[in-house]
Parts: sequence; structure tokens; C-alpha cells
Amino acid sequence: MRLLSAFAIGLIFGLGIAVSGMINPAKVLNFFDLAGTWDPSLAFVMGGALAVAIPGYRLVLRQPAPALDTRFQLPDTRIIDGRLVLGSATFGVGWGIAGFCPGGALPALGTGSLDVFVFILSLILGLLIARHMQRRGLSRKPA
Amino acid sequence: METDFTPWASLGGGVLIGLAAVLLMGLHGRILGATGILSGLLRLDDPADWSLRAALVAGMAAGPLVFLLVTGAMPAIDLPVSLAEVILGGVIVGIGVSYGGGCTSGHGVCGNARFARRSMVATVTFMATAFATVFVTRHLLGA
Repeated sequence: MRLLSAFAIGLIFGLGIAVSGMINPAKVLNFFDLAGTWDPSLAFVMGGALAVAIPGYRLVLRQPAPALDTRFQLPDTRIIDGRLVLGSATFGVGWGIAGFCPGGALPALGTGSLDVFVFILSLILGLLIARHMQRRGLSRKPA
Repeated sequence: METDFTPWASLGGGVLIGLAAVLLMGLHGRILGATGILSGLLRLDDPADWSLRAALVAGMAAGPLVFLLVTGAMPAIDLPVSLAEVILGGVIVGIGVSYGGGCTSGHGVCGNARFARRSMVATVTFMATAFATVFVTRHLLGA
């Protein structure tokens, strides 16, 4: 039941990414190309998603617990630091170079495109590099 | 490469994305963030957690197939950049989202939907650097 529900939710998300055009790097990059072939469509994706998620979250987070699990897992950190800002800035640079973001690329795997597969492998490599760097950073700190 | 302005499809796709985010929180108590889901898949210490993430990703990848069944065609994936840029962008995205703690789905949709200040800062930052990057690659370097 848990897995079936997760699969169905993933499917709704993947279909949304496909229908919205977020799956297509050409469209994503055109959203960012104000000075050239600008395509404002992606603002509508974010608008549509937030129009549902803002009231929806308010509704479900009022419940004592999620329906199929014991507790809500929300990030507990509220710190705005250099790590958050530099990391996000770095993400934006990569997004602007490749045109794929993780949420666009995971559903895109289903099209069987080799480019998407290469992007996901590179993304995983980046995640592992960051994990390695963070581990080394941690071990250097005094106990 | 020009792309068509698709406000209605993008809005509709966005609504599905928002719906998926609300369902994942209401049923499983989790943030629908592609970064978090993918990096969790790279950890093998919690089989129940791993299978839930795998089911989500499988559902996402099934999205384009449902799109194909309904419309008769796969969603378009046009790549206006080289494979080298896909790889470079992928690695940079991986490092960035790891340090930034999320991407377009986790911060951009889920975090902003609950008005998390960290997510607002992250979103403004990665959007800004993505706009700047595309300006540089398309208009200054003249791709």
C-alpha cells in the first residue's frame, strides 16, 4: 500500500513535469533567456504548483500525523548561511548550463533519452563528490 | 531554439506537481524534493525508506509513458546544448543541490509552499544565477 501510493504520487509528479514542459531543457533554458528567445511558461508551472501546495500543505500539516506514516519529516534547520546560498548559487549555474534540474530529469528518464541518463549519472557524481567533500570537512573539525 | 509559450499546459502541469507534493506530505509526511529523494537512494542503510524512494522515482519515470498513452507522443526533450555541457551542468547541479539542501521541487515548490525562509532565499539565489548563466553562455560567449 505504501509503495503503491508512492508510485502513484511519483506518477502524478512525473506527468505534471511532462505536461508542464519542465521536462524539456530547451523550454527551461528559454525561460532564463530574457534577452533572447524568452518563453515565460515556467512561471506558470511554479504558479500552478504553489496555488495547490500552499493551501494543501496548510490543510495536511494541521493533521496530527500523515495517513500512512507516523510523523511529518520536515527540515528542522532554519539557518540561512553561506552553505545554503553558495550551494543554491552553484545549482543555478549548473541548471543554466545543462537545462535540466533534478525534478525535471527524474521523470525524463522515462522517455529513454540517452542525454537524460548521462545527466542523471553526472548529477549522481556531483552528489557523491559533495558528500565526500562534506565528510572530509567534518573530519577536519576538532571533536 | 524558439519554444512555444504554453501557459495552460504549464499551469495544468504545475497543478499536478503541487498535488503530488501535497499528497506525499499528507500520506507519507515527506517533502517532495528530487534532490532529497535521489540522495536518499544513494544510501542503503534503511531498506523501507529506500523502497519508498525507489517507488517514487519509478512512478516519476512512468509519467512520460502515461503522457505517451494519452497524447500518442512522448513529451519533447530538445537539448540545445552539447553533451559536454550536460555532463558539466549535471556535476555542478549535484554539488550545488547537495550543499544548498534542495532544488526546484524541494525548495522551489515544497519549501516556499510552507513559507520557509531558507527556501525563499535558495529559490531567489538559484533563479538569479540561472538567469545570469544563460545570459553569459548565450549572449556573452555567444553559444
